[in-house]
Amino acid sequence: MALVPKGLIKGLGVTFKELTKTVVNGAETVQYPHEKEAPPTRARGVIALHEENCTACMLCVRECPDWCIYIEGHKELAPPRRAGGKPRSVNKLDRFDIDYGLCMYCGICVEVCPFEAIFWSPEYEYSEPRIADLLHDKTRLGQWMETVPEFEPYEAGAEVKAKKVPR
Amino acid sequence: MTLFGLDLVIPLKLLIGIAVVLLPAGTTVYLYLFKAVSFMQSRLGPMEAGPYGSMQLLAEVGKSLQKEDIFPAKADRTVFAMAPYVVLMSTFLLAALVPFGPDAYFVDLDTGIFFALAVSSVSVVGILMAGWSSASKYSLLGGLRAAGQLVAYELPLVLAVVGVVIQAGTLNLQGIIAAQTGGEIFGWGAIGNPFILTQFVGFLIFMIAVQAELTQVPFDMPIAESELVSGYMTEYSGMRFLMFFIGEFATAAIFGFLGSVLFLGGWQIPPFVTDLLGIEADSNWFNVIGPLVMVVKMLVLTFVIYWVRFTYPRFREDQLQTFAWKFLIPLSLVNIAFTGLLKVVF
Repeated sequence: MALVPKGLIKGLGVTFKELTKTVVNGAETVQYPHEKEAPPTRARGVIALHEENCTACMLCVRECPDWCIYIEGHKELAPPRRAGGKPRSVNKLDRFDIDYGLCMYCGICVEVCPFEAIFWSPEYEYSEPRIADLLHDKTRLGQWMETVPEFEPYEAGAEVKAKKVPR
Repeated sequence: MTLFGLDLVIPLKLLIGIAVVLLPAGTTVYLYLFKAVSFMQSRLGPMEAGPYGSMQLLAEVGKSLQKEDIFPAKADRTVFAMAPYVVLMSTFLLAALVPFGPDAYFVDLDTGIFFALAVSSVSVVGILMAGWSSASKYSLLGGLRAAGQLVAYELPLVLAVVGVVIQAGTLNLQGIIAAQTGGEIFGWGAIGNPFILTQFVGFLIFMIAVQAELTQVPFDMPIAESELVSGYMTEYSGMRFLMFFIGEFATAAIFGFLGSVLFLGGWQIPPFVTDLLGIEADSNWFNVIGPLVMVVKMLVLTFVIYWVRFTYPRFREDQLQTFAWKFLIPLSLVNIAFTGLLKVVF
């Protein structure tokens, strides 16, 4: 053991410097309910549903590692595209629920959606006193669409990797 | 002092005694455990309960009081229930000894510091009782570790104090304070002779040993949360956990008081200040100023305790024992020999 433990004294200096810094300049943290930090635009806060784009293809349901997406739909006959054609059969969405009590925010559903129907929103304040209320139905998921930020262009060179451009 | 024929002295003394234990503990817990540590981690700590979170401690106490008092199924119920009281008893016995002024003390024993060090080790019994009676492997290991640690660090603590006792020539706490105010360093008596200057090695050993006695962080093997959940306190909840908590932090504050008595001149202020104010060193004024002076000195010393606590990581069990037996104890023996030599020379 060295006669003067320099490292130990240096350690005490570090904590004391941080203490004075906090007293003088204030803390790095934010006093949450009173002041809020704006999360970055691509933060994974909540998943929003753009209902018109959804075809109930069930890809997100099957890819979801937590099985927290529930989709029910039925087929309907839509008028033909061209005059004289056969009526088309389209999927109609009856139910689209995400259980945020189960969701682990991996974002696979957003990635996998081929029809641009699921988006990330940076909103994060939707805790509930009852766990059952964490199941957001399609109206609630649709309301989150308002909070989805406008698409920001990727950095130069990143387009190659990006498979799809949201919105 | 009587009211309706009732003697009020004893209830009053009881109240003041409880205040002497609880107020410094609450102050240091709020100032250092809640605030200073938060600042060291660049956060603000509790801010909601009262101005700047100053009522947070009351909220914590309230929370603990309404919790269920759980006894483990196989616990030795009597011993389990008694253990926190034994720990707290040691704290109160220590508090009784601290002098706050020429007349502001509970007891003034001729062997004051000897008694203080003796009752401070009573807490080991309580901790062992808690560890054994909990019927839990974590508690048992924590209790045994605590016993081993407290026994190991009791020695350097006592030996560090011996240096002070040699210099003061008395075991009496008031005597030690008087020796510091009346003393002089090489004929220069303006600040008296606070033993922190002439017994610096002893002071360092004392602070390290106190840190270990309080099982504060670099020495917190007994409650190492990553290994033993919470050591001997694992099975405790509610009120009894709160008593261990009070015991821990009140003892820290009281060791701060004892440290300032032994090394910083206790309730006295440096002689040149008393000369400036034109008051005698043992005048009645000190029954008022004394407690304030003591609290300031205690806050300085406890700040060091918590500062160290929140800076260093934990020792390993064998490092802890090696540090005590192979470094601190020989060092304190050398310190005693050296002090004795100088005492004879001067």
